[in-house]
Amino acid sequence: MWKLLKIELFKIFKRPRTYIAFGAIAAIVFLIQVALRFDGKAYIDLLLNNLKDSFELSDEFKMRILNGYLICFLILNTLLIQMPLLVALISGDAIAGEANMGTLRLSMTKPVSRTQYMLIKFTASVVYTLALLLWMAALALFGSMLIFGTNDMVVLRSGGIEEMKSFDVLWRYFAAFGYAAVALTTVSALAFLLSVFAENSIGPIIATMSIVIVFTILSEMNIPIYDQTIKPYLFTTHMVAWKGFFYVKADAEGTTINGSIENLPAVMRSMGILVLYTIGFLSTAIWVFRRKDILS
Amino acid sequence: MNVIIQVKHLTKDFREVKAVDDLSFTVNAGVVYGFLGQNGAGKSTTIRMLLTLIRPTSGEIEIFGMNLLKHRKDILRQVGAIIERPDFYKYLTALENLRIFGAMSGIRIPEKKLMDQLAMVGLAERANSKVKTFSQGMKQRLGIATALVHDPGLIILDEPTNGLDPQGIADVRNLILLLSKERGKTLLISSHLLNEMELIANSMLIIDKGRKLVEGKVHELFDPAETIVELKTTDDTATYEKLQDSGLQKFVQGKRYDCVMLKLHRNDVPSVMKELVQMNVGIISFHSKHSLEDYFLSLTTGQTHVEAVKD
Repeated sequence: MWKLLKIELFKIFKRPRTYIAFGAIAAIVFLIQVALRFDGKAYIDLLLNNLKDSFELSDEFKMRILNGYLICFLILNTLLIQMPLLVALISGDAIAGEANMGTLRLSMTKPVSRTQYMLIKFTASVVYTLALLLWMAALALFGSMLIFGTNDMVVLRSGGIEEMKSFDVLWRYFAAFGYAAVALTTVSALAFLLSVFAENSIGPIIATMSIVIVFTILSEMNIPIYDQTIKPYLFTTHMVAWKGFFYVKADAEGTTINGSIENLPAVMRSMGILVLYTIGFLSTAIWVFRRKDILS
Repeated sequence: MNVIIQVKHLTKDFREVKAVDDLSFTVNAGVVYGFLGQNGAGKSTTIRMLLTLIRPTSGEIEIFGMNLLKHRKDILRQVGAIIERPDFYKYLTALENLRIFGAMSGIRIPEKKLMDQLAMVGLAERANSKVKTFSQGMKQRLGIATALVHDPGLIILDEPTNGLDPQGIADVRNLILLLSKERGKTLLISSHLLNEMELIANSMLIIDKGRKLVEGKVHELFDPAETIVELKTTDDTATYEKLQDSGLQKFVQGKRYDCVMLKLHRNDVPSVMKELVQMNVGIISFHSKHSLEDYFLSLTTGQTHVEAVKD
């Protein structure tokens, strides 16, 4: 099993296409960091515009919150929406790409069971997803910490702002990245499932993105009838629950409680739903592939 | 003689199309088994079923005495194959591709053996070239190396000479004979190059529209001493009538628009020629045909044709 996984990883990381996603992430993160390095104060002014009537916000405060932690939060907010496309580039290609190249039929004449083959392929896609996420974490979190330094972190919410002490932030990022890994694995499993039906990787990649976009729109729409009927069952609704790690509890005086999470059960429930989706997509993919006639 | 492949009543339906229809055949150990049929006859579908790429609608396949679906991994470990055109990871080198597919065969293959395989098919110098720079013929050679790298007992080659130049075709022919005669391998080969098959196969199966037409040892099915002669004369109609009333009537197979067809044994040719001359037949040409191709055509399209001209 390990030998076959090594082969799959070798194939993925030998392929120039693989590095497009790494390059794209590096470019976006770098552009955001450069922009905020030179024009961060204006951005913070814009961000806090709605609060200026309620709070007295000094320049010193604004410069204090413009630190590596906030920059990383802004980058995650932007990038985690685009990441599914980058994940689908590889997962959507996993089976369809082999069929398109003609290597699927040769692989399937080897003494490897179809279930084993699928599990190895999926595991390799997940490793790629995790590598992408680690790359992003390294650039967005550690890169921003290096460039902007660290300080207390502020997160804007509709009801106001939440402030976390500097020492109480880093673990939240680790948790958020862990959650993002689960969410992106779900997208990876969806692209992988669609890949089984196609003999060209463009189809599964576009189909995955279409599903993610349509579901995201439905998740974001404020239509009461959807709130209880559709939204709770869409995986996209639960993909953004990583933000829950940055929503903290406060005591009676309104002071943030260090180490707290406002609604941990809701975050864990969302994670559970994503895991169920992943299992469902993967099981279906294996079931279909085991019965598939390979005609490519 | 040990049976390597035993196929019983194999059928495959693609919705309303019956690609393979109640096909049964047996491949014995050590033979080069020619698998012949026109395009769309069901050869590739059958080969794909032998390699578990396609699930049969019904029927049974045993390879090495084991049921294919129940012992898939054990069987495939001992099988090497090329299916239609061999395709590879174009962004990897020949050696990397060979290493990957060798490793997937479940056997540890030393680097030296990988290089030996590439040398055997004439690709040693291109071992580190990416496959995207290869011609179709070179890919075909790499496909053969991939099929043989884990030293399988049964080798299934679907059109192994596709894309090869005459020298390449001769090399593959010699390689097949070497594998069969010196290494005792069993080979099932599908090809449309019938003259090549005639040189290498010792058993064969001809299928048409998914059904078996004939199966057996080549020398039993097809006697090269038996020959079909196309006789062109100054007046074919008159010649045909003359022959019907002569002692040569037993050799007459029929008449085509441009010749009279005779079926003879090689030993009868001199006496028949002599008698034609004595009958004052104006001979323009006397063309003997006794290839596997003619036999094949007589069984497939040629079968109806010969019937039609017999009138």
